[in-house]
Amino acid sequence: VSQQLYLSSSPHIHSGETTSKVMHAVIYSLLPACGVAVYFFGPSALTVLLIATLGCLATEVVCQRLMGQPVTIADGSAAITGILLALNLPPSSPWWLTLLGAVIAIAIGKQVYGGLGSNPFNPALVARVVLLISFPVQMTSWSAPAPLGSGLDLVTTATPLGEWKNAVMLTGQMPPEMQGSLSDYFLGNMPGCIGEVSALALLLGAAYLFYRRILTWHIPTAFVGTVVLLSALFWLINPEKYPNPVFHLVTGGLILGAFYMATDMVTTPISTKGMLLFGVGCGLLTVLIRLFGGYPEGVSFAILLMNAATPLIDRYTRPKKFGTSGQGVAQ
Amino acid sequence: MKLKTFTGGIHPPDNKHWSSHKAIEDCPLPAQFVVPLAQHIGAPSIACVEVGQRVAKGQEIGSAKGFVSVPMHAPTSGEVVAVENRPHPWGTSLPAVVIKPDGEDCWSTELQPAGLGELSPDEIVERVRLAGVVGMGGAAFPAHVKMSPPPEKPVHTLILNGVECEPYLTADHRMMLEEPEKILQGVALLQYVLGAERVVIGIEANKPDAVALLRKHCLETPVEVMPLEVKYPQGAEKQLIAAVTGREVPSGGLPMDIGVAVHNVSTAAAVTDAVLFGRPLIERVCTVTGPAIREPKNLRIRIGTPLSHLVKVCGGLVEEPGKIILGGPMMGFTQLGFDVPATRGTSGLLLLRKADIASQAESPCIRCARCVQACPINLLPTTIAAYARRDMLAEASEYCAMDCIECGSCSYVCPSTIPLVQAIRYGKAAILAKKRSSQI
Repeated sequence: VSQQLYLSSSPHIHSGETTSKVMHAVIYSLLPACGVAVYFFGPSALTVLLIATLGCLATEVVCQRLMGQPVTIADGSAAITGILLALNLPPSSPWWLTLLGAVIAIAIGKQVYGGLGSNPFNPALVARVVLLISFPVQMTSWSAPAPLGSGLDLVTTATPLGEWKNAVMLTGQMPPEMQGSLSDYFLGNMPGCIGEVSALALLLGAAYLFYRRILTWHIPTAFVGTVVLLSALFWLINPEKYPNPVFHLVTGGLILGAFYMATDMVTTPISTKGMLLFGVGCGLLTVLIRLFGGYPEGVSFAILLMNAATPLIDRYTRPKKFGTSGQGVAQ
Repeated sequence: MKLKTFTGGIHPPDNKHWSSHKAIEDCPLPAQFVVPLAQHIGAPSIACVEVGQRVAKGQEIGSAKGFVSVPMHAPTSGEVVAVENRPHPWGTSLPAVVIKPDGEDCWSTELQPAGLGELSPDEIVERVRLAGVVGMGGAAFPAHVKMSPPPEKPVHTLILNGVECEPYLTADHRMMLEEPEKILQGVALLQYVLGAERVVIGIEANKPDAVALLRKHCLETPVEVMPLEVKYPQGAEKQLIAAVTGREVPSGGLPMDIGVAVHNVSTAAAVTDAVLFGRPLIERVCTVTGPAIREPKNLRIRIGTPLSHLVKVCGGLVEEPGKIILGGPMMGFTQLGFDVPATRGTSGLLLLRKADIASQAESPCIRCARCVQACPINLLPTTIAAYARRDMLAEASEYCAMDCIECGSCSYVCPSTIPLVQAIRYGKAAILAKKRSSQI
């Protein structure tokens, strides 16, 4: 027998799943949404995507070098943050805004806490909210889609949620007629952030993640379900003022948030019960902000607030360990 | 029909195709036996033979010390050539009796067969103890202890563990296919001793031939054969009980607390040998398998056979092994070499190549919760492991480290390849050590 025997404590086999495989699968799952964004918003969306992704990778390298740590951009996590950040920005974002967002996401959102696995808040959302508060004009200047080959130029307009909020603020009622139809919204033919426009493309990517068992149903279902139920309640009370649940579902960042941002593993609870609670909390806050807050959209704030609650949720939703359920008591 | 199972668990590739179709072969006797005196959970036995002494096959060579202990027996007739410390599968040198076979393989004349109806429950238990029968699943807990529950904890359900959920291993599977009568005789003895009303043989559904065969043999009996979902660790005692009865053994408790006793199917066969034929536990079936062995086999081996002999009988090595594992890949123990002997708990000898060994570097926990979903005890492995690694023992204990059954499902699924169960194992040992030192 050779001298090169491995001695180790069991188990001696492994599933073969690795963090970087997980991260790369998430990147693949986002490609349809990126593709649709480029189709509807053209080169400007592509520019934002590239700047954000490269900016995040570069920031990660610089931070890790400065701190004398091994550079781990190959794990794919910084690239995901970059793509998600881009998907959360308006297509007309100037280059400096996008780059600033990338630096904020990685440096302040992630590396100051110790890098991968240690950040309490979703880095892309930290960047988005910092930008939204600091540069409200650039961050809320929305473009109507100009599909590739249509010959249209990007023109400034309001998002469906913004359209509704403006009307309600002015008249206390729904706008008599919206610019787009629900099916337009579902396919992505509406103004909005780069990645939030096409619910269809996002769901396609999410289906792949479900298939790979990277995404579990708990958070998205609880999040979307809560939004649907709560918005339906308000709609039933006053359909003149409040939009119907389908409108809530396909406009704004709900699908992007529920399937990609609220499911960021690092910043969400680890128990099943905790995940459900997290999702319900996100849904609740989203509807409250959308209907009663100052901003037309509340998904980002809702998720960040629930991120802050994650340690607390984890503490109070520990799974009941085997042998304590009372089923074992002899009859 | 939906198969019964437990919550949590994992689905590793079962890799049983290497050996599941191979009938049990009798392993030829090696040139020398090394019979360790410590082979079971509990106190080791004490050598009762001297160097130079001739022993018969089945003769007692180590006597039990205390209740949770069993005697050791000579695996063949021959001469005692040494009583000294020898390398042991537990990773250290421990007392062993070394026997040089005389080639006669002659049974001791002191062993007495007995009829099924002739013995009282106490006499049966005593025969099992004297025969040195231990749990054959791997843990090697003395069987007579599990056969003598205190009167205030009567056993109403006897479960036979034919699950064999460890990948690669097929010893129990072959036993069920080739020795069903012997197993069922043992089941009848166990049921009689325990006074159990319900008897269930649990078998993972990846062994439909064993399920069918045992069902055929059990037609006229009250014994129920239950196929179970293929999931690791279905064969862990508490998980098996949960699958079969739908009830959980209380945390920190024993199966008898809910009126259940679990014995391995091969243990049942050993009980038959002990009680009806008076034969002590000197042999068992061991699966020699894995990509590094030329000819995987299910061998009926004598206890004390050196691993090197098993390798030779199986045609030698395909290539230098990267890991030598006694038991299965999920809970087995790696060895320093082939010079240690097989013991009563050696259900398998698994030889992995270097290429089969995952060597992914550890990365930070991304809180993906796969370990949480995989844990059959519903613990938070990542949290406990993090505390254990920082020596925060009070916190690890708070998060129920001591409930961990060390099945390794968490480490198996971890995409960051964090040694979770290994860290928890360390934490458990440290917690116990601290408890012990504070008691003194």
